[in-house]
Amino acid sequence: MKTRFTTDTKLESEIAYFENINLKIESGDIIDSFKLAFKTYGKLNADKTNAILVCHALTGDQYVAGNNPITGREGWWSRMVGPNKPIDTNKFFVICSNVLGGCAGSTGPKELQNGSDVAYGGNFPSITIKDMVKAQSLLIESLNIEKLFSVIGGSMGAMQALQWAIDFPDKILNIIHIAGALKHSAQNIAFHEVGRQAIMSDPIWKNGKYFENNEVPERGLSVARMIAHITYLSENAMHRKFGRKLQSRDIISFGFDADFQVESYLRYQGKSFVERFDANSYLYLTRAMDYFDHDETFRKNIEFSHNPNNHLKYLIVSFTSDWLFPTIESKMIVNQLNSLSREVSFLEIDTDKGHDSFLLEEPQLDDVIKGFLTNNFAKIDE
Amino acid sequence: MNKINSIRKDWSLIETLITEDRKILDIGCGDGGLMEQLENNRNAITHGIELNRDLAANAIARGFNVVHGNAELDLSQYSNNSFDYVILSQTLQAMMKPKDILSELLRIGSKAIVSFPNFGHWKIRLQLLISGKMPVTESLPYTWYDTPNIHFFTIKDFLNLCNEMNIVIEKSIGLTSKGKQFDISESVTGVNFFTHEAIFLLSYKNYKPIKIKSSKKVFAKNSVIAN
Repeated sequence: MKTRFTTDTKLESEIAYFENINLKIESGDIIDSFKLAFKTYGKLNADKTNAILVCHALTGDQYVAGNNPITGREGWWSRMVGPNKPIDTNKFFVICSNVLGGCAGSTGPKELQNGSDVAYGGNFPSITIKDMVKAQSLLIESLNIEKLFSVIGGSMGAMQALQWAIDFPDKILNIIHIAGALKHSAQNIAFHEVGRQAIMSDPIWKNGKYFENNEVPERGLSVARMIAHITYLSENAMHRKFGRKLQSRDIISFGFDADFQVESYLRYQGKSFVERFDANSYLYLTRAMDYFDHDETFRKNIEFSHNPNNHLKYLIVSFTSDWLFPTIESKMIVNQLNSLSREVSFLEIDTDKGHDSFLLEEPQLDDVIKGFLTNNFAKIDE
Repeated sequence: MNKINSIRKDWSLIETLITEDRKILDIGCGDGGLMEQLENNRNAITHGIELNRDLAANAIARGFNVVHGNAELDLSQYSNNSFDYVILSQTLQAMMKPKDILSELLRIGSKAIVSFPNFGHWKIRLQLLISGKMPVTESLPYTWYDTPNIHFFTIKDFLNLCNEMNIVIEKSIGLTSKGKQFDISESVTGVNFFTHEAIFLLSYKNYKPIKIKSSKKVFAKNSVIAN
């Protein structure tokens, strides 16, 4: 295995290259070489005990904190990660990498196929959450970190955190699993399918080869984003934010303009998403989430892969108004861990902000994450 | 005794019933006060369940293993004999089905520790006798229409239930309303009259844990057996 680090000064990001590594993925395909774009924050301590891996959700990237050069905005979890924030970079060394199959610098459908000048597009192999985590584990290895203190993620990030607990229980001390599930539900697969159909029915998509003419299936991708965005909110939150308020007008138009603020908002969400996300990547990553299913296997995996002396800790968090990954899904994980008397904590936070709550202002989430990390770190530091 | 002192007293008595290095489940653990005490003084491995969201959040933020949930619904998820002790402090009278909870405690734990206010205390009897109204006391400070305590029982009632369920009382401690401590089993007469609060250490009759050793791990009674 050859690992090479370079710094892309333009994006101020680090990229890890894994060359001739022949990564065998779950589908049976082999990715001979790949790269992962990642960012780190804070300093690794001398004993290398303070490393935390943050896993991003479906449309996130490695820019978890600070400034994101792609969007020019703050990192997607900058309210959670940074100096004196709940995930305190004065204390912890935080790593976040763009997932395998992503489109912010890691190997994915947007990137050139190994040894050619053509992008993967639809030729990219179908990847899974397990494959993403396998790639991340190689990154952690190449950073010479034997054991992560914590793996933290919400939504698709939570899936990755759970996969870490299943595949690498000896390489982590705890996971913080927010708004996730053992499996992607039928309803969630259904929403993803509608999103994918929107992309694939855009005539510009051309079986994933839109890049050959330097085009982007903007219509399809923005509709996919609009549908998904609805699932990230809740009825109450939408009502609170928009109600039936009209957008830049006093009376309805009797036409199909964005009369209502909620329409205008969704259109904006769709439009701005197209500027930063690759349509093929969206297809692959939603598929990876759909394939996630530990419903039958989780208990067995945990029971037999874990050494009883391994006190891996779990913090599972859900939100009352999250109908995409409802509390009942989190409780299934808690049930199974409790039936094996594992060290698990669980909290359902009361909020009307829906699935997206983990990205938004939720003081109780901040308190619990900060306290959980600080106090459990103090215990290993003793 | 005020409420906080009474809880502290309760906790220190519970501590005396627990040996070193045990695995403990605290039902209704609040913000983890008793768990902390048992970790510090008894080197215990502790787990907790708490119904109140804010208290559960505090306990988790203090680094304890606490599940935000309802014991009456969630105890079934724990495996048989997965804890050395299961503690139910001052909560049995607030449960919908106290008998079911009691048998759950002894299914999950090798031993159970249960504490409760005695409804047979003379002050309570006197209040009911003289005023003809539901008693309101220091340990049961709620009016009848606004109380979490939905099942009132006396020490005698509790002893009868234990007998009926084949539960062995290994130790029992009574407290008078002045905080004076005595052994319930030794003071036969008047116990039900003078005991303000009672703490019981319980187990099942003829209990023998079945443990199967393999080269890798010890399987508890109801666990999957392999190798």
